[in-house]
Amino acid sequence: MMAGMAILAATLAVGVVAGLVMKRRNGRMRTVEGARVTRGDLGADLGERATLVQFSTAFCQPCRATRRILGEVAGMVPGVRHVEIDAESRLDLVRRFDVLRTPTVLVLDAAGNVVKKASGLPRKADVIAALGAAVDGASHRPSHPSDKV
Amino acid sequence: MQIDPRGPRFAAAVTTVVLAVVLVTRNPWVLAAQAIVFALGAADASPYGFVFRTLVRPRLRPPAELEDAAPPRFAQAVGLVFAVVGLIGFAAGITALALGATAAALLAAFLNAAFGFCLGCEMYLLIRRLQPGRFQ
Repeated sequence: MMAGMAILAATLAVGVVAGLVMKRRNGRMRTVEGARVTRGDLGADLGERATLVQFSTAFCQPCRATRRILGEVAGMVPGVRHVEIDAESRLDLVRRFDVLRTPTVLVLDAAGNVVKKASGLPRKADVIAALGAAVDGASHRPSHPSDKV
Repeated sequence: MQIDPRGPRFAAAVTTVVLAVVLVTRNPWVLAAQAIVFALGAADASPYGFVFRTLVRPRLRPPAELEDAAPPRFAQAVGLVFAVVGLIGFAAGITALALGATAAALLAAFLNAAFGFCLGCEMYLLIRRLQPGRFQ
């Protein structure tokens, strides 16, 4: 009985900590360097100025909301494309870009360089800010290489 | 199929309580009952979902948006695997296995109930990643 209580308390404590950490990290845009996606990888054209690549699976709750947000942003900002990839059928890309969860979003600049990466449902404002970094970074890269906007 | 997202969260809250009872009382029959609930849930006939639809939902406002039923259904199947492992632990007298598997299922149910985070759903890609991939 006592041991069971202790295991229960420990499990709930782990749950609270894990839940808070995941809530904080969820959808956060992290800066990525040195990775590139080509038109051939995607099987679709890159956006003229930037591309939002979304990895999804059939058993993914937040993928639908992510699709809506990225679609809205791509419709709003000219030259930006939203490309959705079925993670299951592209395990090569999943491994290459270290995708552990869905949705995972890669933000590419005009040349296909991966500028930002987020896993979990991203906030619209964060997507727009990341696009800013992708569009801006492409033209000013040498002046501030670790732009963290 | 589209469902009210509060249904799976309600079910996860009930599951959390049931699995907590299993941990404290070490009663394998309670875990067996939850295993049956997981199996029914995976087959889209969750008894907790039925309670939600008949008793809880009529008292709530309509949902802001609906969600796909497939992810929570898959998570129920993952829950079933853990429950079965726990039952094997009880049957074989390996208490650590029984309680460990129950605690893992409880953690997933709690994260879903408290944070809306579906750990079972996340297992899907991780499992697929372990298998050899089709390339394009």
